[in-house]
Amino acid sequence: MSNLKIVIGQGSCGIAAGAAKVYDAIENAIKDGKFDAELSITGCIGMCYLEPIADVFTEENGEVVKRTYVQLNGKDAEEVFTLIAQGDFENEKVKKYEISEEDKNNLKSQTRVALRNCGNIDPESIDAYIATGGYEALKKVVSGMTQEDVIDVIKVSGLAGRGGAGFPTWFKWNAAKSSPGEEKYLICNADEGDPGAFMDRAVIEGDPHTLIEGMLIGAYAIGAKEAIVYVRAEYPLAIIRLKNAIKQANERGYLGDNIMGSNFSCKMRIKAGAGAFVCGEETALIESLEGQRGMPRLKPPFPAASGYFQKPSNINNVETFANVAWIINNGGEAFAAMGTQDSKGTKVFALTGKINKGGLVEIPMGSTLRDVIYGIGGGIRDNKKFKAVQMGGPSGGCIPADLLDTVIDYKKLSATGAIMGSGGMVVMDESTCMVDMARFFLDFTAKESCGKCAHCRLGTKRMLEILERIVNGEGKDGDIELLEELCVSIKDGALCGLGQTAPNPVLTTLKYFRHEYEAHIYDKKCPAGQCRSLVTYTIDADKCKGCTLCARQCPVQAISGSVKNPHVIDTEKCIKCGKCIANCKFGAISVN
Amino acid sequence: MDCCPECQNNKSDLSLLEPVFAELANEKGSLIAILQQAQEIYGYLPTDVLRCIADRTGIKPAKVYGTATFYTQFRFKPVGKYLIMLCQGTACHVNGADMVLDAISTELGIGDGDTTDDGLFSIKCVACLGCCSLSPVMMINEETYGTLTPTKAVQILRDIKESEANGGAAQ
Repeated sequence: MSNLKIVIGQGSCGIAAGAAKVYDAIENAIKDGKFDAELSITGCIGMCYLEPIADVFTEENGEVVKRTYVQLNGKDAEEVFTLIAQGDFENEKVKKYEISEEDKNNLKSQTRVALRNCGNIDPESIDAYIATGGYEALKKVVSGMTQEDVIDVIKVSGLAGRGGAGFPTWFKWNAAKSSPGEEKYLICNADEGDPGAFMDRAVIEGDPHTLIEGMLIGAYAIGAKEAIVYVRAEYPLAIIRLKNAIKQANERGYLGDNIMGSNFSCKMRIKAGAGAFVCGEETALIESLEGQRGMPRLKPPFPAASGYFQKPSNINNVETFANVAWIINNGGEAFAAMGTQDSKGTKVFALTGKINKGGLVEIPMGSTLRDVIYGIGGGIRDNKKFKAVQMGGPSGGCIPADLLDTVIDYKKLSATGAIMGSGGMVVMDESTCMVDMARFFLDFTAKESCGKCAHCRLGTKRMLEILERIVNGEGKDGDIELLEELCVSIKDGALCGLGQTAPNPVLTTLKYFRHEYEAHIYDKKCPAGQCRSLVTYTIDADKCKGCTLCARQCPVQAISGSVKNPHVIDTEKCIKCGKCIANCKFGAISVN
Repeated sequence: MDCCPECQNNKSDLSLLEPVFAELANEKGSLIAILQQAQEIYGYLPTDVLRCIADRTGIKPAKVYGTATFYTQFRFKPVGKYLIMLCQGTACHVNGADMVLDAISTELGIGDGDTTDDGLFSIKCVACLGCCSLSPVMMINEETYGTLTPTKAVQILRDIKESEANGGAAQ
């Protein structure tokens, strides 16, 4: 075995950034005998802005030294890693890819529980998981704990549902356990549908055995003999890795009959979703599992009493399960020691949008939004001004700049009008129009409404129509009030969580950015300069040097002018694509 | 049975479904899995295939069709050789996904949900692909392309067209 070990991060986003090409280049170089190294993969480390990332381990003076190289590419990989294999770490060509001290500290400022193995172990190897103490918690549970013991530990930990609603996990487990009946089901909700959220994908791709172990402990606690993972069809790699992990766990006796020699038996299967956001709602998910249209059921009865094929069922989200084995190993108290009075433990967020360092972060509850956005996230791209952060996807809301010091805690976030949600955190700067943001989410919920209840089916559509006319410059006096009225009726009248929370994006933007709505309706202006119907592009004749670049770049030939003379935009022809602004070196083009 | 002109044009090789039925026809709640496998085989769900599934599972045709149309994954028209899935997630939206859609629509002369006449490309706007940190993102068949700009997206399509014209299938 070589004493050089190279580990490439191969989550979906790493692959999209070119990680597979880097891997292939190194693999070929090794095959061609250019150098010798042990090559393997790992899941997403969370620093998506640095992908593709490689960790290099060498033995120096009897000690393992780890070096991290970032933003690699397939073209240079062979040369860079040949130099690394020769021990030439100080070479300029290698140095330029080495991770900065600042980025290294980025990871240290996080507290990783659910993501403890992501980016550190090979997700395709059960041995790698076992080497980190994997399946020890399951062993402890099946060999010496009663169902009540397990539920007690989870109760002490204060673990709450990480899918968004924040319902105490122990309570759901206890309800399912106490329901009469022999046949019970444990279901994992991996239908991560919130646009802007990818926590669950990262856990399944990066550490599938953690999910399996957490689910098995849950199944033991409620007395289920069958566990089902409902995964979004849009996550093909997650499905492949989970399938592989289930196969391995079956072979090793962690799944199947008499697990680890105990009386506990449980099988596990995957059900691929078919693309419907509403299936993230637990009763709709059950309908979909049964092969039906994914339409929510009336509650009660709750799934704990009557769920999958009318049997007692328990549904938790991926991140919730990812915490379970850690809690069993370290004790409920250790988990409860992190966080605030109301919210215990850590939470994973997918930090995206106009942020410098986008990626996955896991932090203890009780941190502030500022800690995440300006600390770990490194602030706003291009030094622009922070405007708002959207949390909780289509069910959540936008939190403005003056509430940046809000503490991350279920209650404190709900007080702003947004929600903790599943963990999507989309950052917006001054160039994002908040009315358009509301329109974007209503467009989403109107499309995804299952159609079962009138309040949601018709209400979201009517709200969307109003928002569309506002962003198109056709808003009328009274539109804001009409929106507010609809928000209240839909919240009160809708059957399920999707409908009841659909007005949140409108309510929060109205609460904090009402002036933007008014500017669209009364002044026919978009303050952010984003709504195309409300902006015009003009060239400042004093600043324009007549370089002709904009005219050459314009896709519709809307710009005219001769060399060294100021150019003019034909506003009739202009499609407001923004290409001219992006290319102008003199800042001569403005949007009004 | 041919009940309408559409059915007459719809002559799928239904024997390909046999292994799927052998595995799933009698399993409770397996309709979506059957539809998924059928789409895998035919590339979309032709009417005669839907009818055949209804016959063999004993589920009413209206219910089979109702279930299939509920989910965005299922298609009822053939798609192009290259299926472009353009992400419409929040992060992609904030970072200009609509500009990318405009650019590729103009380049190919088709809109969302359509297929080019030569059968090479289809465009489909999809819900979040979960690669938010690389937004805006599109997926062409199995490959994901990130941090797109209108120009970059068009170049990717032109590269595919060129490799197709040269007889290669490489992306």
